[in-house]
Amino acid sequence: MQVLLDLFITFAKIGAITFGGGYAMLPILQREVVEKKQWVTNEDVMDYYAIGQTTPGIIAINTATFIGQKTKGTFGGIAATLGVVFPSLIIISIIAYFLNAVSDSALLSSAFSGIRVSVYILILQAVLKLWKKAVIDRVGLIIFTIVFLLAVITSYSPVYFVVFAGVLGVISFRFLNKAVK
Amino acid sequence: MLLTLYIEFFKTGLFAVGGGLATLPFLYDLSDRYGWFSYEQLADMIAVSESTPGAIGVNMATYAGFSTAGLPGAIMATFGLVSPSIIIIIILAHILERFKQSTLIQGAFYGLRPASTALIAAAGFNFMFHDLINTSVYNGLQSLHAVINIKALIFSVVLYVIMQHRLFKHLHPVVFIAFSAIIGILFSF
Repeated sequence: MQVLLDLFITFAKIGAITFGGGYAMLPILQREVVEKKQWVTNEDVMDYYAIGQTTPGIIAINTATFIGQKTKGTFGGIAATLGVVFPSLIIISIIAYFLNAVSDSALLSSAFSGIRVSVYILILQAVLKLWKKAVIDRVGLIIFTIVFLLAVITSYSPVYFVVFAGVLGVISFRFLNKAVK
Repeated sequence: MLLTLYIEFFKTGLFAVGGGLATLPFLYDLSDRYGWFSYEQLADMIAVSESTPGAIGVNMATYAGFSTAGLPGAIMATFGLVSPSIIIIIILAHILERFKQSTLIQGAFYGLRPASTALIAAAGFNFMFHDLINTSVYNGLQSLHAVINIKALIFSVVLYVIMQHRLFKHLHPVVFIAFSAIIGILFSF
């Protein structure tokens, strides 16, 4: 019960300070769940993001469910998910109620022009942390480069890239294992 | 009405693959079929969802649910959206747990990790590009001034350098977000 409550509160905190969806959640997730609570590792987070982008549902929710499940089974998954949506429910309901007062605020839009910068700089920082664990050899570097370029230039769904990388991973993993033997 | 909200957002959660904005086409469809909200309201929803804390998809569902049927509507829409994720991910997590040792799964993740990192990097890059470069203005004649958001560019470099300093390196991300909000208010990019 203690852990479930902890999961709910931690993910509510993450939901409350994430601006801009699943990708923007990554730096905060690393901080809270990997470094502070040590429920999962950076490798786990990469796996969850890969799966979270390929399976139905939005990435932030899928990742929260995964981490909760890993920490405390099915109920852990539910607790983490409810936690991450809880702040949205409250904040958005309030805003939807008073919308007109908020949307025209020049002060708020200036504040967000600053927040936007912090969001991508934080994502950059988070990617650099993952990089050391993800790109461990030449195959990793090749996959990273191809997927990065295609994802920036084209507008195909990430599903294709993830499937492509998974297949390539299986093939080269087999090949490398044989080479070692 | 509430049940319909739950079911419709359950479908959205089931078929929208990817980030929160992947739910957009489904919301347009809901607007067409039920008239719960107009396209203009939808544009407001996107702006509010992107600029408030929380996952964009969840925010949009909450917003759409609230404007349709008040607080109960918000709750039903949000739970509808997350239900498929919970079910699918928990099943998937059990399967992965069982086959963790197989070379097939290990090989797949060997390929997936760099790809996953690349997708996150690409999302961050696109975000940065659209914030710093105003492509709509560019026509080959104007000075770089009009195209590049210089103030934001300078601030992003400054922010990155600050973050690398050992005094600030271990601060919580929310500190940098709050700091950036203040800088934004002062200089308005």
